[in-house]
Amino acid sequence: MTWVGRSLRRFEDPALLRGEGRFTADVAIGARIVRFLRSPLACGRIVSLRPPPDMPADALFITAADLNGTATIRPMLHRFAYRPVEQAVLPADRVHFVGQAIAAIVAPTAELAEDLLEAIELEVEAETALVTMDDALRPGAALVHGIAHGNVAVEGIVQSAECDTAFVSAPHVVEIAIRSHRQNATPMEARAGCAAYDRATGRVRLTASVQMPHMLRTGIAELLGMPESDLQVIAPDVGGGFGQKMALFPEYAVLVWLARHHRGDFAWIEDRYENLIASAHSRDQAHVLRGAFADDGTLLGLEADILANVGAFSAYPTTCGVEPLMAFAEYPGPYKVPAYSARARGVLTHTCPMAPYRGVSRPVITFGLERLMDRAAKAIGIDAVAIRRRNLVDAFPHQTVTGLTLDDASYVETLDDAVALLDIPAFRARQAAARAEGRYLGLGLAVFNERTGYGTPAFAARGMGIVPGYEVVDIAMTPGGEVEVRIGASPHGQGLRTALAQIVADRLGLAPDAIRIIHGDTDRTPYGWGSFASRATVISGGACQTAADKLAVRLRAAAATVLQARAEEIVLRDGAAIASNGSSVPIAALARQVHQRSDLFEGFNLAETASYDPAGTFSNACHAVIVEVDAETGHVRIERYLVVEDAGRIINPLIADGQVRGGVAQGIANALFEEVIYAEDGNILTGTLADYTPPTAAEIPAIEIHHRETISDATLTGAKGLGEGGSIGAPAAIANAISDALAPFGIEITEIPATPPRIRALIRAAQAPR
Amino acid sequence: MSRHTVAFTVNGIARRVEVEARRTLAETLRENCGLTGTHVGCEHGVCGACTVLVDDVPLRSCLIFGVQAEGASIRTVEGLAAPDGALDVLQQAFQDHHGLQCGFCTPGFLMLGTWMLERSERLNEDSLREILSSNLCRCTGYQGILDAVRAAARTLGRWDDDAGISSPA
Repeated sequence: MTWVGRSLRRFEDPALLRGEGRFTADVAIGARIVRFLRSPLACGRIVSLRPPPDMPADALFITAADLNGTATIRPMLHRFAYRPVEQAVLPADRVHFVGQAIAAIVAPTAELAEDLLEAIELEVEAETALVTMDDALRPGAALVHGIAHGNVAVEGIVQSAECDTAFVSAPHVVEIAIRSHRQNATPMEARAGCAAYDRATGRVRLTASVQMPHMLRTGIAELLGMPESDLQVIAPDVGGGFGQKMALFPEYAVLVWLARHHRGDFAWIEDRYENLIASAHSRDQAHVLRGAFADDGTLLGLEADILANVGAFSAYPTTCGVEPLMAFAEYPGPYKVPAYSARARGVLTHTCPMAPYRGVSRPVITFGLERLMDRAAKAIGIDAVAIRRRNLVDAFPHQTVTGLTLDDASYVETLDDAVALLDIPAFRARQAAARAEGRYLGLGLAVFNERTGYGTPAFAARGMGIVPGYEVVDIAMTPGGEVEVRIGASPHGQGLRTALAQIVADRLGLAPDAIRIIHGDTDRTPYGWGSFASRATVISGGACQTAADKLAVRLRAAAATVLQARAEEIVLRDGAAIASNGSSVPIAALARQVHQRSDLFEGFNLAETASYDPAGTFSNACHAVIVEVDAETGHVRIERYLVVEDAGRIINPLIADGQVRGGVAQGIANALFEEVIYAEDGNILTGTLADYTPPTAAEIPAIEIHHRETISDATLTGAKGLGEGGSIGAPAAIANAISDALAPFGIEITEIPATPPRIRALIRAAQAPR
Repeated sequence: MSRHTVAFTVNGIARRVEVEARRTLAETLRENCGLTGTHVGCEHGVCGACTVLVDDVPLRSCLIFGVQAEGASIRTVEGLAAPDGALDVLQQAFQDHHGLQCGFCTPGFLMLGTWMLERSERLNEDSLREILSSNLCRCTGYQGILDAVRAAARTLGRWDDDAGISSPA
């Protein structure tokens, strides 16, 4: 019996349930409060910026002039015609989006800071804002940044003669244009930071709600020109991130600057309005997708024209290439695509910058591909399941046309499982009966794969100036026999303290509660990249496993001395080192002896380091959904939501299902509810959660989850990542289901979120039911 | 801005604090009482993370002022567990059913759930889902939260087994 595979209750929970978690705002009590003056205009020149009249002596007013000498945020890509857009921590002369931080106010309390903020005298000369991609790409449009001609910051092009040939000769060419509107990842805890100056050492401790503490430390030290070792970054309990908390935001640099220059503690607790308008947005994309098909439904070639609205700046370290280039590289998805041509562009506009959000471009890619499959099935006159089965990759490893290697997976099997669970013939009968009553039921499928757990090679292939990927783990056993595992990954709700403890416990013959996973503190953990891209369990977990194995070697050698046995015959089990003759010593006793009686042993400590830097793997899933659409109101009710997923070995089923459910809920939000809406002048209309409308328990149905566990040798533990998968399949499956439901009107969903007004507009424009 | 002395009890303990009239109850609890278990998620009254019980009724503590709590009996998440830290029935159900991930919205759901379990009406599937839709969670997809409150209601004899099970809207 192993600990891996068990639904162990999370170690994280008791403190959080007692209200004893420690979030950034909780450690900021007593610090001076920082508020940011944010641009009221999308584009313009700062004419004047004056402090509030009658500033109290204990208040501060900070502008670009104060930060003189600070570098600009300028992440780099060395490929794809990337234009290195620069962002000043605070702008000196121009504003580029509504919500951009222009100046900071510091006061003893939040209330006083808000009062002063309102009294700042700002004058901005408005210029015409380029808000949409159409605005920015219009010939002769002004430039958001002078270095990006045509407002294109990044462009990937692949042209294939084979693809051209396929389209010329194919009997069926099917095209679809899709639109994914802008989202905000919306963690329940908005951004927050507290920078505290230690007068004894001259160091600054920045506690912040972030996903990449080491990267943030590096980035801020570079911006401020300070020794990196003078900065400690702590990610305490982090109230969700979903990608939004990866980036180096200017606000954090201001906090550290304040702490250093004013030798005190300074906190910024973002409010929800700031988070909705000025943190990071995602998924504002438009694709045109064309597929060449044979008569039997075989896909012969794929063409994609990908546009992503990347906003006004480029997020550090991922750059504004992350969305368009992911779509560019991963569009073939789980399908055999023999020929591929694509063009992907990242378009600069005067809007909030784009950053990764759970799944990044994959929800959009899957929306495009799976809508294309349904449309092609209809055009060719074959079944929607059959066309997928014909084209899904079914032999592994498979080299994709974009150069990725698909490891062992279960693309066809998950589809078959879903189809069997659905009983499609019975559904079709029910659908027909419902239509006779004027009710519209629909069924939608989405099959997809998800690149997870990828290390340095994958990021290097993108040409990133800063190449993330590896993870390092330091492991040590205390003299008391507990194990301390220090990781560079940085969880924010995923339950990593529990899941990684399960992995380590199995390798050392200990119970998981003897394993402490230490994370989120640059002073106490090895350099690492944090938690994003469904990577922590795979990469940090693999490094944990190797580190534990190396520690086990030391423990067995020590036990061999104590037990007068050969190390090879010692096993670690149930908290003891046991020789083949049955003699044993408790591991805790062994640990004490090694530390305190080093005269008896070769080697005197129980510490090891391991790293892991895999090429990557692919999880996969089939989502299936049945909806009912109210044709009179445009309301969509989800009747059944089914996930058949394969993320390899499941470390903790309780946690895994929670990740899937949470991801699906965000995918449903993407499909039906959430949209960041800009007015034509670049002002945001969705500045509260009541306007942005994240779904509640009333909108999210029970989600049925079935697992397959294809154990691929692409990862050390056999686990593939699953943090993002839930969010990837939902928009496509739901759009397909609504399209199926509204087939009598000839309606297809090509734009998400498919809100009631959008659905009603489609129905109104369509003919009456046939 | 004028300051006012306000007296109330929090988790059974008498408190007397001095606050500006404009300070919300959420900030009064966090800043003046040091009770940081109550989290502030939106300050618009939408997300419910700051839900506390005021005279046994769930309220968004970001939508009332500290001064309005004069004489009130307030309960917060810190008052749920036993003094030795042992979780109460609802808290334990949240752990057992994975009703939390990042834990930021959790105090609000726990206080709402505590009220649900104390009401005279028993819970059923419809009322469970309807009342829990008061608050937002971004991590769980709500299933674990629904399961946890349902399980706690069953344990405490507050579940109405006769009610029909209906699917979500």
